Amino acid sequence: MDVREKVGRRGARLFKDGMLVNLGIGMPTSLSNYIPEGIKLHFQTENGAIGFGPTPEKGFENPYLTNAGANPLTILPGGCYFDSATSFGLIRGGHVDATVLGVLEVDEKGNLANYMVPGKLVPGMGGAMDLATGSKMVVVVTEHCDKKGNPKILKQCSLPLTAKESVDWILSELALIEVTEDGLVLREIAPNTTIEEVQSKTEATLTIPIEGVKVMEY
Amino acid sequence: MAKIITADEAAAMVSDGDTILVGGFLAVGSPEAICDALVSSNVKNLTLICNDTGWPERGVGKLIINKQFKKVIASHLGTNKETGRQMSEGELEVELNPQGTLIERIRAGGVGLGGFYTPTGVGTPVAEGKETRVINGREMLLEMPLRGKFAFIKAFVGDKHGNLRYQATGRNFNPEIALAADIVIAEVDHLVDFMDPDDVVTPGVLVDYIVRRDI
Repeated sequence: MDVREKVGRRGARLFKDGMLVNLGIGMPTSLSNYIPEGIKLHFQTENGAIGFGPTPEKGFENPYLTNAGANPLTILPGGCYFDSATSFGLIRGGHVDATVLGVLEVDEKGNLANYMVPGKLVPGMGGAMDLATGSKMVVVVTEHCDKKGNPKILKQCSLPLTAKESVDWILSELALIEVTEDGLVLREIAPNTTIEEVQSKTEATLTIPIEGVKVMEY
Repeated sequence: MAKIITADEAAAMVSDGDTILVGGFLAVGSPEAICDALVSSNVKNLTLICNDTGWPERGVGKLIINKQFKKVIASHLGTNKETGRQMSEGELEVELNPQGTLIERIRAGGVGLGGFYTPTGVGTPVAEGKETRVINGREMLLEMPLRGKFAFIKAFVGDKHGNLRYQATGRNFNPEIALAADIVIAEVDHLVDFMDPDDVVTPGVLVDYIVRRDI
């Protein structure tokens, strides 16, 4: 299993039946491949659809039907389209039950930074600030450390924030961490790691709950 | 009745320095024939209000490549590297807005509201210089309305009365943009005599001109 599959399998089990869910581009999208049986979700794409299906076969693309990354989509029976004001009304208004986002940094207060590196990368925030601010449950999925091996789960974000104190769960290939008012609580670790290894790769201090840390199941 | 014109006639109405709003999301649901005509007309120093700056070879992105803007108000620039280059070299002023804030500012401009308070952007660079207020226990930012001289929108079907219907995710910013400009020009894939009133998304009274793509 690669990182995306591990994160996808565990992340998909955070959802409950009937939720309206918005998945970010990249690693977050992988969760849609592993939705457990018996769980039916409504997927939103913020450019204006709920209830989209898999990528169409070549030659069957509708140039008017894409996701927020401009990749072709299909729509399922029961799906619907709407304008951007309605789409962000759903998001900002708390009608989206869960959003899953990638990050550059996340910290122990639940702050997240994922939209710019000053002087280097300024692509714009798109819908990320609204999604992180308005969704009922905000899940961050990430590789536990960056490509240089530095922790991405910090005491305090150094990059400009996408949203303040909004993350509920942090999921990596090593750990599932809950963000609480008292800081980060380590809920689960991957089968091939230890609490000590996870803490050594995390800048923020992880609290070990009284009920113990579970081993992650895929 | 909306007047039927060509894309070139639409572009010829725009003068140097005008503010234009353009529908579309990464060029899906963008009036591409009008964008091409604006490139040909080579009008300069425009201000653009649009979700994004498209692709170098599609939609408003072509106007970026042709250096026709002095200012861009958008939520995302990542698919057109030329926007980032012009911004970092000081050739182009860019104001980034969260997408939901951008569309709501356009909506406010179109429906006569003086702005709104939103929780999006609190504690981020977006909040800099903005009035804040705690409403129902939550900190919010005051965001101001946006309007322009021209709205260029794209619909799937239009009728001779200017009524419009969109297709799939091609709807995006178009319905809000249609309310937020002095002159509204809609590019349509198909023109019909009239539509079922229940199918109309944008009321025809808002639309001044139609550019046909089906002839």
